[in-house]
Amino acid sequence: MSFPWANEYKPSHPLMVWMDEKLPLPRLVYNAVGGGYEVPRNLNYFWNFGFLAGLCLVMQIVTGIVLAMHYGGDTRVAFNSTEHIMRDVNWGWLMRYAHANGASAFFVVIYLHIFRGFFYSSYKAPREMIWLIGVVIFLLMMATAFMGYVLPWGQMSYWGAQVITGLFSAIPLVGDAFREWLLGGFAPDNATLNRFFSLHFLLPFVILGVVILHVWALHIPGSSNPTGVEVKSESDTVPFYPYYIGKDGWTVALFMVLFGIAVFFMPNALGHPDNYVPANPMQTPAHIVPEWYFWPFYAILRAFTVDFLIVPAKLMGVLAMFSAILVWFFLPWLDRSPVRSGSYRPLYRKFFWFGLVPAMAVLFYCGGAPAEEPFVMLSQLASLYYFAHFLIIVPIVSSIERPDPLPFSITEAVLGADDKASLGGQG
Amino acid sequence: MIRIISLAVGAFFTLALLLAFGTGAVNYISEPPAPSAEKVFHEHPKEAKFASDGPFGHFDEAQLQRGFAVYQNVCAACHSISQVAYRDLEKLGYNEAEVKAIAAKATINAKDPLSGEMKDRPGLPADKFPPVVYAGAGHPPDLSLITKARHGGAAYVYSLLTGYTEQPAELIKRFPDAKLKPDSGLHYNPYFANLNIAMTPPLASDDLVTYSDGTKATKDQMAKDVAAFLVWTAEPNLEKRHQVGFVWVLFMLFATVLGYMSYRNIWADKKGH
Ligand code: HEC
Ligand code: HEM
Repeated sequence: MSFPWANEYKPSHPLMVWMDEKLPLPRLVYNAVGGGYEVPRNLNYFWNFGFLAGLCLVMQIVTGIVLAMHYGGDTRVAFNSTEHIMRDVNWGWLMRYAHANGASAFFVVIYLHIFRGFFYSSYKAPREMIWLIGVVIFLLMMATAFMGYVLPWGQMSYWGAQVITGLFSAIPLVGDAFREWLLGGFAPDNATLNRFFSLHFLLPFVILGVVILHVWALHIPGSSNPTGVEVKSESDTVPFYPYYIGKDGWTVALFMVLFGIAVFFMPNALGHPDNYVPANPMQTPAHIVPEWYFWPFYAILRAFTVDFLIVPAKLMGVLAMFSAILVWFFLPWLDRSPVRSGSYRPLYRKFFWFGLVPAMAVLFYCGGAPAEEPFVMLSQLASLYYFAHFLIIVPIVSSIERPDPLPFSITEAVLGADDKASLGGQG
Repeated sequence: MIRIISLAVGAFFTLALLLAFGTGAVNYISEPPAPSAEKVFHEHPKEAKFASDGPFGHFDEAQLQRGFAVYQNVCAACHSISQVAYRDLEKLGYNEAEVKAIAAKATINAKDPLSGEMKDRPGLPADKFPPVVYAGAGHPPDLSLITKARHGGAAYVYSLLTGYTEQPAELIKRFPDAKLKPDSGLHYNPYFANLNIAMTPPLASDDLVTYSDGTKATKDQMAKDVAAFLVWTAEPNLEKRHQVGFVWVLFMLFATVLGYMSYRNIWADKKGH
């Protein structure tokens, strides 16, 4: 689908004409990311993160495949084969550091991508499906990252697997049996490592497939934009190529600068030192913490310290942790504001900047801190806000708020109302 | 309907958290968490500078050789470095013959290719450093990765080796239970996570090694040199990583500038950008 004024693919070379008849792949590309895809002209840099996320996914798959050529998914060799990659494989250290830091970069980009969605309500009709698929991608990414972290079979790999799979034993009645089935035993062991390796290899390709659905769903209504006003006329859009290829392109280079600084100059800054100690089932680390991108949800898990009604504390924590992401699925229907963009929603905007963002920051911090006071109390307050935000504040604010006046069109927002161009186009 | 469910679920979680917070706060006020000896007396690693620090970090070959000497003469009695192969020592500036000679001094238990039995034989450059049998108190960890496996890295190792002291009187006064018994086999060291380490001070006096480059082997010097050596065992590709990193970052900065200029150029006919 596209706007009626979009350029049409017209192959001129006989070979391309022939190709277009047999398999119109070039036409698909032209209409998806080329001159045939019309995009709002006023996107800001928060709209670059989808493209960067795609880049991260490709990077993870490429480095991951190389690592898998040298890695051994057996508890007796996993740790040493990882060190073999770091020491003896040509450029192995680069592949491994790029893959480990690539996972972090991927999550940085995705968190920004998701928070763009929160601020500009990108999840609203007609883009609910893009959002729902996005949440599925996020869940798949978390599963993939968790299993990947287990593979080097260091102390944190082992104990992370122990703690996270232990969560499932909180499920009443079937919990323990379920956990045993997941692990293939009573504790993480060779069976666990093997299946995690298998799934960690598989899931990125599943994500790739789901990303294709995500972008497909995006191309039905096209991108939203910082005003949240839908495209009305030709003057509101520009073709993806060359305009957005140019804009996404230079930020890819900038991303590579920052990513290079992390990989080459501080490759272990985000990792935990304990993962350079081989897994030892007999020795529990002083603090078991997951990777930084799980911290907000880990903080929520640990915030539930007392039983509530008939629900034991541990089960409450597990329920809350999963619900913290599941609530995103319902957002398109919880937020009933007629206006999308946070820029025109004075009340919602305050809750976003002074509520959600600081609460998330506190959760990030506390999730990585030891489970002691004052961090537990802080995570309790921040989790409280987190749930209140999505389940109570967003529905109420969206009904009582009086949005600011919107610009008539994207063109007007860019060029100003008194500019003749704002009346141009076919409106 | 969905909003009623939403409010109910929201109330469920927020009330549970309010209750948890209230309980935690009451406990916190009625029984403030008692400070432990570790919390009060644990110290962060000393400031120590190493050639390998920072983006320009590189290895000081002479220092690595000195550090290796300390490892061989002192630490190797208890600690292995099993990720390191003898051939890797060429990167410290030893030539092939020297590496062969160093390897040959080690005894390696390996499968004999003729009989298929496990047999002792002299080490070869391709062998990794062998496991170390240790019969004393505690469990000496393998040191290959130790500078990456502890917060503070080399500075931590250096501080630990030079950090042994008597238990402070202040500590015994505040935490009488923490007083070390003479037969505990533990030694007070404020840089170690729980303050009491099973390792007897390995660098208790000067001149445990004779440096071939004439450097005076003080306790402090030996500690620094062995810490520097352990940075190398943990990250032998550090220099190459930094070199490639500079090329990468400079190239990408250049690409960023070019890319940004093309972007401005492409958008030049669109007002508002
Ligand atoms: C007499 C045997 C012995 C010698 C010699 C020795 N160590 Fe140790 N080392 C130990 C033991 C035992 C431990 C375990 C301590 C514990 O866990 O309480 C240890 C632990 C360590 C640790 C880990 C501390 C931690 O954070 O867990 C480091 C680092 C270390 N030694 C470095 C060295 C260095 C460097 C040398 C040589 C200068 C050396 N050791 C010589 C016995 C020894
Ligand atoms: C592998 C991970 C992902 C990739 C590769 C990806 C890719 C993209 C791309 C290329 C776009 C268009 C450009 C842009 O708006 O940035 C986009 C838009 C969008 N994405 Fe994603 N995405 C991913 C994950 C997610 C997740 C986790 C969510 C939400 C939970 C999400 C929600 C959205 C939404 C709502 C839009 C439309 C935004 C708008 O038009 O305003 N995406 N995505």
